[in-house]
Amino acid sequence: MTTARVDYRSPRSPAAFAATGTDDRTDASVFRRRQRRRSRLTALAFLAPLVLYLAAFYVYPLYRNLDLSLRDYTVRSFVSGDAPFSGLDNFRTVLHDLTFGPAMRHTMIFTFVSIVFQYVAGLALAGFFNRHFRLAGTLRALFLIPWLLPLIVSASTWSWMLNSESGVINYALHLVGVSPVDWLDSPGWALTSVIIANIWIGIPFNLVILHSGLQNIPGELYEAAALDGASAWQQFRRITFPLLRPVSAITLLLGLVYTLKVFDLIWIMTKGGPGDASSTLATWSYQLGFGTLLPKFGPGAAVGNILILIALVFGLLYIRVQKRQEP
Amino acid sequence: MNSRTRSRRHTVIGLVLTALMLFPVYWMLNVSLTPQQDMRKSPPDLLPLHPTFEGYRAVLHDQLPYLGTSLLIGLGTVVLTLLLAAPAGFALAELRPRGGGLLGLVLLVAQMIPGIVTAMGFYGIFLDLGLLNSWWGLIIADSTIAVPFGVMIFTAFMSGIPGELIAAARIDGAGTLRTFLSVVLPVSRNAVVTVSLFGFLWAWSDFVFANTLDGGGEWRPITLGIYHYIGNNNQEWNAIMATAVIASLPAVALLVLAQRYVAAGVTAGAVKD
Repeated sequence: MTTARVDYRSPRSPAAFAATGTDDRTDASVFRRRQRRRSRLTALAFLAPLVLYLAAFYVYPLYRNLDLSLRDYTVRSFVSGDAPFSGLDNFRTVLHDLTFGPAMRHTMIFTFVSIVFQYVAGLALAGFFNRHFRLAGTLRALFLIPWLLPLIVSASTWSWMLNSESGVINYALHLVGVSPVDWLDSPGWALTSVIIANIWIGIPFNLVILHSGLQNIPGELYEAAALDGASAWQQFRRITFPLLRPVSAITLLLGLVYTLKVFDLIWIMTKGGPGDASSTLATWSYQLGFGTLLPKFGPGAAVGNILILIALVFGLLYIRVQKRQEP
Repeated sequence: MNSRTRSRRHTVIGLVLTALMLFPVYWMLNVSLTPQQDMRKSPPDLLPLHPTFEGYRAVLHDQLPYLGTSLLIGLGTVVLTLLLAAPAGFALAELRPRGGGLLGLVLLVAQMIPGIVTAMGFYGIFLDLGLLNSWWGLIIADSTIAVPFGVMIFTAFMSGIPGELIAAARIDGAGTLRTFLSVVLPVSRNAVVTVSLFGFLWAWSDFVFANTLDGGGEWRPITLGIYHYIGNNNQEWNAIMATAVIASLPAVALLVLAQRYVAAGVTAGAVKD
């Protein structure tokens, strides 16, 4: 099994075939050097658009965002661009805000509960679809649909399903004798509601990656284990789980980075409310910057930058894990 | 129990699980066909026994311009992404430039940056440049989702092209540009399809950039069409769900027409087998 980051260095060098067919050594080395310089220039020409693009549309917006978080912006100075430098004031404001604690806590709950359930469901389904039966491929493909749907579609569908008076979920609960739940409008349930919808969206991603990991485990291992009388659970614990560990680590870390930044789903379903009941760092940041009539761009950007920092910690961890798994 | 009946039992379990998983999709379809007066009926109709198309008529009436904008933005994003990502992927895979490894790392990190943070940065820049509420401003913003992914797919794919193929083109006297255009690009068709599909789907589905950068203009995409529907006429859920069904069509078409590319795209960032 190879779990690999995209390999950027091809084993071939353009210089390798530049020298073929020349016997004269000095000629060859001059030719090779010239060839190498030329290919370096060509590479630069091919890469230049991307590098310029990244500078203009990644680095610059992020710089602007950092600048926003370090200045005291008002709506007027946002347009005129002469806001006074205020150092870490925005960060201080945000850290002392009463919403910070809940938003941080909700971000962590949302992220961890989501990825745990997505992973467990994804693994169980991957194991199930790894058996050979008719329609296995087709059904597995259908499982991808929730992941491919635009988030606004999933979010509005779940909103209506979770509607407290006319939602089908409460109807189903009623059938089994449970009293209706005020899913989206009560502080106690709003976070649970968006987590349920998010788990639904994330299962396909886990299923696909874990399934491709399972396929790389040689079938003979299971046959041998079965001959030795190992039960299904023992096979899972002794073969599947240990051999799947690298893929699992990658799946969980990627899931973590992607879930931290979920915004659309929560914003469309609850806008982070009621009150702060389902607000995360992502929705709070947006709420500050764009959600009110009196935008607080500085604090909003500060929250965004805190979110980036958290995402980067796990992102770099992911890159490290992936590097270590390369052969 | 022989293996035939076991396989059949698995198929049945598989069908049940899939039905459960796709119930929300079915429900969206069902609600989109439900007449307005039955919307809050208890118990709700589990099957659309008295289907109405008033929801879809409302979509045709209200949402066509939004759909057109989304199509335009989706296609524009695909073109921009391919123009940037394919040459860069070729350079990283075949020309081994200095700093290529670092660039790869930057692209990986770029994919982890939350969209709302970039959106906030873009807002300030677009305000300065007068790009707010324009369709091509949104194309630029949406392409930031797909470009890093595209470069990684192209790099991975083009690294796998046999070196003899490129060497042969060189011996025939083709320059690097020529080699790229008439040898590498044609054999990279699968990568082009994968990147295009995902670029289109992500631009079509984008809500964050649209809501931030394009809230008030004439050129608004379908995601905002749905969002404003929910905000304005809270009651007409058949129209909302009908719009949702139509907005889902590209995703479904993609799955039907290009299933293997979709699975390839999902696993590309994480696992290579």
